[in-house]
Amino acid sequence: MLTHEDIQDILRVLETSPFDELELETDRFKLTLRRAAGPQGGWSQEHETHARAAAAVAAPTTAGSGVAKSPPPVTAALAGAVLVEIRAPLIGTFYRAPKPGAAPFVEVGAVVSSDTVVAILETMKLMTPVHAGASGRVVEICIADGQFVEQHQVLLRLEPSQP
Amino acid sequence: MRIRRLFIANRGEIAVRIIRSCRRLGIDTVLGASEADLDSTPARLADLCVCVGPAVAAKSYLDVGAVVAAARTAGVDALHPGYGFLAENAALARACEDAGIVFVGPTPTQLEAVGDKLAARRHAVDAGLPVVPGGPVASLAEARELAGRIGWPILIKAVGGGGGRGLKRLDNPANLGAQLELAISEAQGAFGDARVYLERYVPSGRHVEVQLLGDGHEVIHLGDRDCSVQRRYQKLIEEGPAPDLPAGLRARMADAAVAYGRRLAYRGAGTVEFLVDTAGNAFYFLEMNARIQVEHPVTEAITGVDLVERQIAIAEGHPLRLRQDEIQVSGHAIECRINAEDVAKGFAPGPGRISAAQFPAGAGIRVDTHVEAGSRVPPFYDSLVAKVIVHAHDRAQALTRMSGALANCRIAGVPVNTPLHVEILSDPEFRRGGVDTQYLARRLAAWDGARAVAAEH
Repeated sequence: MLTHEDIQDILRVLETSPFDELELETDRFKLTLRRAAGPQGGWSQEHETHARAAAAVAAPTTAGSGVAKSPPPVTAALAGAVLVEIRAPLIGTFYRAPKPGAAPFVEVGAVVSSDTVVAILETMKLMTPVHAGASGRVVEICIADGQFVEQHQVLLRLEPSQP
Repeated sequence: MRIRRLFIANRGEIAVRIIRSCRRLGIDTVLGASEADLDSTPARLADLCVCVGPAVAAKSYLDVGAVVAAARTAGVDALHPGYGFLAENAALARACEDAGIVFVGPTPTQLEAVGDKLAARRHAVDAGLPVVPGGPVASLAEARELAGRIGWPILIKAVGGGGGRGLKRLDNPANLGAQLELAISEAQGAFGDARVYLERYVPSGRHVEVQLLGDGHEVIHLGDRDCSVQRRYQKLIEEGPAPDLPAGLRARMADAAVAYGRRLAYRGAGTVEFLVDTAGNAFYFLEMNARIQVEHPVTEAITGVDLVERQIAIAEGHPLRLRQDEIQVSGHAIECRINAEDVAKGFAPGPGRISAAQFPAGAGIRVDTHVEAGSRVPPFYDSLVAKVIVHAHDRAQALTRMSGALANCRIAGVPVNTPLHVEILSDPEFRRGGVDTQYLARRLAAWDGARAVAAEH
C-alpha cells in the first residue's frame, strides 16, 4: 500500500512533468492523480485500495468472525473528515488483541483517548503497545490481525474528536 | 550408532555453534531455516539448508510437523533442537523417535517430567532437594491452609507459566479468593492449563545453576554458573564459577543437581537451576532445563569440555567416558550477551541490517555469533546477535579481559546493548561479585535517575 509520503514523492515528480493525469494501477491498489484546472494549479488524488474495497463489500459477513486465515482489513465509510493516522512505531507483527482468542483492543467505532492501547506489535519476542496518540473514533483498522507491518505503516485511522 | 547427517532445528548463533562441532566430528549438517533465515550465516555454513516454513516462528521453527517433515526429506539420522523453539518439546522428541531419527536430547518422558513445573517439583522433593515452601492448590480452602503454613507474602504460579509469566504476588490474605480465581482463569487463557500452585515469595536471591551431563545411567556435574544479572527474567551476563559461594554450599548444590539427574536417569546435557539466598547459606530447587543453554560456553571455558560434542556422543549411545573426578574447574569465565536493542530507548528491539561488525579476538576470548557486515537481524526472533565469552585465571582478570574485549566489539547498523555491559562491568557492586536477581533493575533505575539529574544541569 502507498503511504502518504509515497504519494507526496510521486506528486513532486509529476509537478515537473508535462502530464495532466497519472493513473497507476497494481493488483493491490489504484492511484489516480489529476492536475486541477484552476488557475492556482495543484493536484487532486484518488487512492483506492483493492483489498479495502473488497472488505467494504464483505464486511457484514466477515466482521468479527476471526476464522478466516487472513481476514480482510476492517473499514467504515470515510466521511471525508481529516483522519488521524496511527502508525507503527517499529517493524513487527500486528496483533489486535492482547492474546490469542481474547477480545480485540478496539473495533471500528470505538471511542479512544490518546493513551488508549489500540494494538500491540511483536518485535523480537517483545510486545510493544500501540497507543492511539489522539482522541477520537476509530474509523478504520487497516491491518489484519497477525500481519507483519513495516515501521511507520498506517495501522488504524481515527476521526479526531472536535477540540 | 554413528551419526553421519544431522538436522539443526534452530537458527542464529546456536546453529553456527552446532555446525562447528559437527565439522570437527565429520558430521554433515542440514539446517532447517525459515524464509527469513535462508541467507543467514548458518544457512551458508551448513552443508545443506532446507526451508521449514515462513518467517513467523509458529509456522516454521515451532511447527513440529514441518520440522520433522523437513528432517525426513533431508535424510538425516539425527536432529539437534538447540535451545528455545522446540528444544524441550516432548512431541518433537517423540515424532523424531517415530521417524527413526535420533533426537539429540533427553527422552520424551524426561522432557515431560521437567516441563511440568509440578512434576519437576515433586521429583525434586523425592530426590531430597530443598524446594521453596509451597505446593499445588485446587480450592480456596486449600490455598488458605497452605498460605497460612508457608507464610506471607506468597506467589501464585501457573503450572504452565515460566520466564516471569503467570506469576502473581500476594502480600496478605485479604484478596486471596479473588486473586486465586483470577490466576486460575488467566492460567487457562494464557497456557491452556488452569493448574496453579503457591510458593513462598523469596524477595531476593541469586540465580545459580549446575551443568549436568548424563548418559541415561551415569550423571556428572560440570560446575556452576551464576546468572543473576537479569532484566525481566532475561539473562544478560553469566559467569562461572558463581562468585563468592561458601564451598560447602557449592558442593551441596552440585550434589543436589546430580541427585536430581540420577532420579530421572537423565540423558544428555541439562541444567538444574537454584535460587540461592543472598546470605549464601541456603538454596532451593527452581527447575531443570533439559537442553543446551545459551550460556554453555562459560562451562566449556572453565572445564574444557565441548558440551555439544558430548551431547552428540550421548545421542549416539556412547557412555559418558568422563568421570566426575576428571572434571576440573579452572579459572573464571564470563559471558556477555550482545543483543540488538536500544538501551537508551527503554530496550526497544532493533532489527535491521548490520552495516559493520567487528569482534574481539585473542587469548581467552571467544565470540559465538551468526552476524557479520551485511547480515540481517530479522524482527521475528530474539535479539541475541553475539555472545562474548572470556576466560582467565581469576575473576578480576576475567573482568579486565571482558572490558578489553567489549572495547573491540563494534556493531553498526542496529543498536546493541554493549554500552550497558561496559557500565555493569565498571560498577563496584557487580565487581564485588554475588549480586542478586534484582541488581540490574536497581542499577538501571539509579542510572536513569542520575541521567535525568545530569540532563537538568
